[in-house]
Parts: sequence; structure tokens; C-alpha cells
Amino acid sequence: MTMTDTAMTDTTVKGSARVVAREFLVFTLGREEYGIDILKVQEIRGYESVTRIARAPAFIKGVINLRGSIVPIVDMRLKFALAEATYDPFTVVIILNILDRTVGMVVDGVSDVVELPADSIRPPPEFGAAVDTAYIQGLGAMGERMVIVMDIERLMSSEEMSLVDEAARSQSSQ
Amino acid sequence: MSFDMSQFHQVFFDETEEHLANMEALLLALPVEAPDPEELNAIFRAAHSIKGGAATFGFDDLADLTHVLENLLDRVRKGTMQLTREMVDVFLRSKDMLAALLAAHRGGESADPVAVAAVKAELVGIADGQPSATSVPESSLPETSPAHQLYTVSIEIATEAPDVESVLESLRAEGELTVLKQREEGTGSPWVVRLVSVLTALEVAETLAFALSPDAFHVVPGSMVEEADGFGLFLDDTAGGLAEQLVAATRTEEEAEAAAGNLAAALEDNGFGLFEALPAETPTSDIEGFGLFEPLESAQAAPVAAPAGQEAAGVRPAPAAPSPATPAGTAKATPAAESSIRVNIEKVDLLLNLVGELVITQSMLMQSGSQLDPGEHERLLDGIGQLERNSRELQEAVMSIRMTPISFVFNRFPRVVRDLTARLDKEVELKTIGENTELDKGFIEKLSDPLTHLVRNSLDHGIEEPDVRRRKGKSPVGKLTLRAFHQGGSIVIEVTDDGAGLDRERILAKARERGMAVGDTLTDNEVWNLIFEPGFSTASVVTDVSGRGVGMDVVKRNIQSMGGHVDIDSLKDFGTTISIRLPLTLAIMDGMSVRIGNEIYILPLSFILESLQPPPADVYAVSGKGLVVNVRGEYLPIVHLGGLFEVAHAKGTASEGILVIVECDETRLALLVDELIGQQQFVVKNLETNYRKVEGISGATILGDGQVALILDVTTIVRSNQRQVLASAPGQSVAEV
Repeated sequence: MTMTDTAMTDTTVKGSARVVAREFLVFTLGREEYGIDILKVQEIRGYESVTRIARAPAFIKGVINLRGSIVPIVDMRLKFALAEATYDPFTVVIILNILDRTVGMVVDGVSDVVELPADSIRPPPEFGAAVDTAYIQGLGAMGERMVIVMDIERLMSSEEMSLVDEAARSQSSQ
Repeated sequence: MSFDMSQFHQVFFDETEEHLANMEALLLALPVEAPDPEELNAIFRAAHSIKGGAATFGFDDLADLTHVLENLLDRVRKGTMQLTREMVDVFLRSKDMLAALLAAHRGGESADPVAVAAVKAELVGIADGQPSATSVPESSLPETSPAHQLYTVSIEIATEAPDVESVLESLRAEGELTVLKQREEGTGSPWVVRLVSVLTALEVAETLAFALSPDAFHVVPGSMVEEADGFGLFLDDTAGGLAEQLVAATRTEEEAEAAAGNLAAALEDNGFGLFEALPAETPTSDIEGFGLFEPLESAQAAPVAAPAGQEAAGVRPAPAAPSPATPAGTAKATPAAESSIRVNIEKVDLLLNLVGELVITQSMLMQSGSQLDPGEHERLLDGIGQLERNSRELQEAVMSIRMTPISFVFNRFPRVVRDLTARLDKEVELKTIGENTELDKGFIEKLSDPLTHLVRNSLDHGIEEPDVRRRKGKSPVGKLTLRAFHQGGSIVIEVTDDGAGLDRERILAKARERGMAVGDTLTDNEVWNLIFEPGFSTASVVTDVSGRGVGMDVVKRNIQSMGGHVDIDSLKDFGTTISIRLPLTLAIMDGMSVRIGNEIYILPLSFILESLQPPPADVYAVSGKGLVVNVRGEYLPIVHLGGLFEVAHAKGTASEGILVIVECDETRLALLVDELIGQQQFVVKNLETNYRKVEGISGATILGDGQVALILDVTTIVRSNQRQVLASAPGQSVAEV
């Protein structure tokens, strides 16, 4: 996995903008590019076989053993009915650290890490992304490309992901 | 009941150190003008825990000072006293003193008793100097009550003793003080006062010894002194012997005088009132501070009582009198520092996980190795075999760090029960069941405080006095049962007493008094849960045993922080059971791995009775719904696990697969699986750490190949099966077969 800086980072040298620039991990889901706060990312792994959990939604593939902890794996492709979900050694799992929990998410691919100054992220218009706008922080421009900045914490702790118990959710929101 | 209490001292020291550090941090961060009630509560709880532990282990000087501190904190916490910067300063100094006393008990330099007494006097001074406006301070003091043992002691203080007023003042804080006779300057007749408090004569003597020279006062249990008459101890040789006992270490007058000379320089009041190394000289901790005044002791003290008595009679307590700063304090055996270290539990976890990884890697190597030609790769295969043994031993060793039998906690209680019952004048038989239930080390440490609270509560409020019990038709000897067992993927610890039970009306009344909105329609359980509110106590009397309303709040907090919960079950006059249910996070479990379709599940071995492959003729259909199997005349419902967990390719009938008979809550069930794989120990991992609760699954474990296997929650499966039966076939009987 190469994490090359894009040319974009060089254009944000100006002082104040530089201070609030954040780094995002960019991954692809279908034809769209999404960015998530790099600080939420623990690691990136290949897909390995999971242990299925009975009566879980289809997009929750199951749990894996991540160095001794039991970590659920969510397939975002299934969740947002995007690309065909195939599993091979090149399938990528992003391990996230959210609200003191560890969650893995399967995506089509990870492209790079970019630095986006806060002012280059525009509020999301009403548009037809696969992901509900409630979980989108904004749109970031990277030259020709456009990155949809995702509020991954909100998404993963949301009820529709059914990853977190009601009780734990109310606790963490306090 | 003889066992070594000292094995727990280390834990107490460590815990107290933590509490003190915590207290200090909180005090330092406390905004004086507008203190956060939550933080005040936390400081108070820390003091309360220290006092509880210190009293349990007989470190009375610690308990004593903390008691005074706690009283003050309680008033601040309840808002009846305004916090000031000076008070915080004194609190911090008290904390330093407590730390010094703790260090002394650990075997270090002994604490300076003058400084301790000074800090205590400061605390008392604050308590008295600022009587509260809204509530009477005495309300927090012990008062006469049949439920708590009070002691009446008579005290005679020599005329020449300085500062008697302040001494009396401090005694007043301990209980009800009556001055029977004032000092009369000319005649030399002494002070005579009577104190009614929870302190025994011995404890009073110890308290006084901080401020007065030992031969300047005499303490005698009981109210044998009639008004206006001294008991003449200063003139007579006495059998009371308590004060003499305290000066037991004074060998000769010369020696004492020499010591006094050394100390005089350090003292403002002419060297009077020093009593160094008192804690070391007081007799065995067996009688110390647990309210047991045993006359036996005076017999022990008899040999020294005579010379001391002579001294008292002949010399009369002179202001520059001997300060028995004897070397006895240094003679106290310094216990060797225990060679244990406290390690952050996270480090052990990390270690355990790493070892788990190692074992998995090893089994991977093993698998690859098994395909090699043994002749060609002999050394490699040997090495792999050795690696297997080593890593297994390593795994066991690391696991053993965390797992501790609960007896480690339970063993503290015989002593607590013995001492408390003696103090409360009750008879209680303690029974412990399941001491060998192993649980996580982290839990053990956190359990001891809540359990101590629960046991104290049961003894103090739950179990009645023998004659009350007799009147109720119960055995005069109360029963207190501590029980630990595994149930449904949890560890349950129960504290059961056969006492009076909780008083619904009183709890409701108290809740209303505290301004809580409670209706009469609350269920019993909701009412019981009220006692977990901070500061909630239905005890009419606050003793230093319990009744401050701090206990249950601490219990609940501690248990919740471990991810568990507390349940109360109480029936009037039949008793109360408080059960603590903790998750199995890192418990080790014996389990049977079974295959269903292509998936592996773990069945906890403790539920399994047997497994069998029944002939098809023994399987019957019940009213077109479920199946039952005839096992030696008993018809057991069959639960098709493959169906329950939606497993593809699971075998559908009992004759193809195998039935595992499980029992839970006295209900038996046959679980249908494809195949039994084997029995082994599993490290239970919590599924809820990163995921949510899954019905029918109690946790997960990691198999030798690194895969995750889910652990079946037999309790839930059995219960949901019962519900299904009830829901699907009401009125249908199984006898239809």
C-alpha cells in the first residue's frame, strides 16, 4: 500500500489554512471516492475468513481475531449495495478505532492519504451518493478529483449499522 | 478460624495508597468556592474505603484519623459545612499523615505521633469550630441505640495535665461526654468524666494517649464511677490495668526521664504529652479496635501494672513526667517487604494476547511441519515439538497471572464477620460456597470493596439481634452466605442473609425525605434500587460500621465499572440476597467444541450432562412442532442448533448428528449438533467489546488456528426454548406422545 502525498498538499502551504488541514484516508466504493479522518484508522489489512454471526444483517460479515480481540467486519459494498462483493487476497479491510471500539470495514480499495484544508471542504449538497447525507461531512476537492468526506464515527455508531447496542450508544453519546 | 491475615495486608496497603493518591489529586483539583458534589463524594468514598479497610485489618490509628476526616467530609458533602481553603489544607495534611501511618505499618519509619495528634486536633477543631447551620452535627455521631454497641467508659484525668479542655473537646466529638467532676486547683482532685460512645475503654485510652501522658489519666470501662466521686486510681494500685498496660514499656524511671529530656527540646509544652510509638506498644491487634475489651488483658499486664501503679502512686503525675519514649517501637518486627509487584492489568492483557498469537503461529508451523518428511527434517520437527510445549507452558503461566480463585476475597470475611458480630452483639454463621471459582485478577481487586460493604450492611442492618430473631421464630444465629458460581456466561457472587429484609416503607419514606419523586406504585425491585442512590441510607443511626449511605452507591459504581450489575432480592423477615453478576471477560472456561455445518461453536462444559446418538425410534414429534427424545424414560425437547443459528448444511435429524444433553435451571434440553470435536480450555473473549450482544451467544474464543469460535449461551437457549414452548403450544401437553 503506497501512501503517496498528492500534489494537492503542496498547494496548501499558506499559514492559517495549513493549521486546520486534516489528513484523510481515501478509499473507493464503486466509482466514488470517500475520505475518512486518518486518525480513526488503526490499520489496513487484507481480508481473511470471518466467523459468521447468526441473524446479523448481511453486511456484517462476522468477526475476526485481531491479535486477540474479537473485531466485527462490515462490508460497505454490501451495506450500500455498490460493487459486487468478491473476497480474494486483494480485498481490503480498513480497521477503524471508533468510540473506543474496533471495527473493520471492507471497501473496494484504498487509494491514498490526502491533506485537505478545512476551507476546501464544502458542505454536502443534496446529491445522489450511495451514502446517506447525514453521514457526509462535506465534499473535498483534490484537483480534478472529488472526495466525499465521511463522518465515519457517526455512521459506524448509527443504529442502521447495528454494530452497537442501544445501551452502549446512549452511553457514548453522553 | 485461623488463617493469616497478613497475606491481605499487601493488598490493603496498595489499595490504600491508591485511595490516598486519588484523594490528594481530587483535593488539589477541588475548586473551594464551588466544589463539585461528585468530587466531594469521591473524596469521601476514598476516606470511607480506607477506614473500612483499616478497621478490618486492625490498623486502628489509620481508622481513627480517617474516621475524624470522614466525619468532616461527610458534612461538607452534605452541604452542612462550607468548604474553605484552610480545610482543604488540613485535609491534605491528614492525607500526608495517613500516608505516614501507612508507611509505618508497612515497616518503614514510624510516624510522628505528635504530628498525627496535631492533625487530628486540627480536624476536630474545624468540626467543632464551625457548627453547621442547617443540621445538628451530632446527627452524624453515634447515639444510643439498641442496634449498635455503645460503651460507657469513665475517665479520670490528673489535675496537672495541660490542655484538658481541648482533650475533652476531642472526646466530645466521639460521643456523649459528661463531666462528672471539674478539676479543683487547690485540692488536686482530678477531672472525672464519663464518655458514652462506640469506643471501648482501650480505644479511648489510645486516643487520650496522643494528647496526655499515660500516667496522667485512667480509663475504666463501665459507669462505675458515681457522680462526684473519683475512683482514686491515682492513689491505688488497680486491677483496671489499662493505663498501666499502656505504660508497660516504661522500664525504669531513669530511662523514662532520659527519654523525656531528649524530647523536651522538641516540645513547646515542657515535654509533656508525648507518647511515642504507641501503636507498636499497644497489645495484639486481636483486641485492638474491634470493640472487644477483654479483661484478660489486664491479667497480662499485671506484672508491669504493679511498678507502674507504684510509680503513679509515689511520684504522682508531674508535668515534666516521664514520656515513655521507649525503644519498644523499634523492636517491632519489620515484615519483609512482599516480593510482589503491581502491574497494570493492560500489560498482562497485552502479554496474554501476544502469547495467544504465538500459540497460533506455533500451531500453524505444526501444521506445515506435519507435511514434511520426518526423516529428512528431524531437527526441525523436534524444534517445532519443543516450541509447542514451551508455548503451552508460557500460555498457562501468563493465564495464571490473571486468574485467581475468589477465595482470595472470601477469606477476608470470616474475620470481618467475627469482629463485627462481636461489636454488634449478634451471632452470625458465615458460610462460603464456591471459593474455587476462578475469576479475573482485575475483578478480584475491585470486588473486595463492594463485598465488604455488602457484608457489613448485612451484618449491621440485615441480621437482627438474637432476641429479635427468637421473637420472630428464627434461630438466634443468623446466616450469612457468600456464594460464587458461573452462570450463563457470567460469574455470579451472592451475599445472602436471613435477616429482616429491606423495609419498603422506610426506603420510600427516606426517598421522599430526600425530595425524590416516588409513588407508591413502584415495584419492589424499583424500591430496592433506590438504595443505590448516593447518600441514601435508611439506617437510623450512623455507626462507623455502616449507615452513611455511601456503601451501596460505591458497590454499584464498582460493579458497573466492571461491566456487571447488581440485583437485590429481598423478602421481609426472610432475608436479602444481593447478587453481583460479572461478565466472563477473561475467564477461562472448560468447553466442548462442536461442529454445526461448517462452523465451530463452543458449549460450556459445566452445562453438559452427556451426549448420545439416539436410535430414530426414540425421537418423537410433539404436536407437529418440536421434537423430543426419549432418554431413559425422560422426554427432552430437541433444539436444532443449525436451525437456531441459521447454519447452512447443518444436519437435520438426531440420528445423523449427535445430541448433547444440557441442563440449566433444572431444565434439560437436547442440543442437536453435527459432531463433537473435542474438549479443552478456552479463553473467553467478550463479544460486546467491539460488537453488540447476540442472542444465544455469551462470548467468543480463539481457536488454535486463529479463527474465532462463538460460545453458546446455554441459559438463554434453554429459556428461549421454554418461552417458545409456552407461546406455541399453550395448553398442549407433552404427554400427547
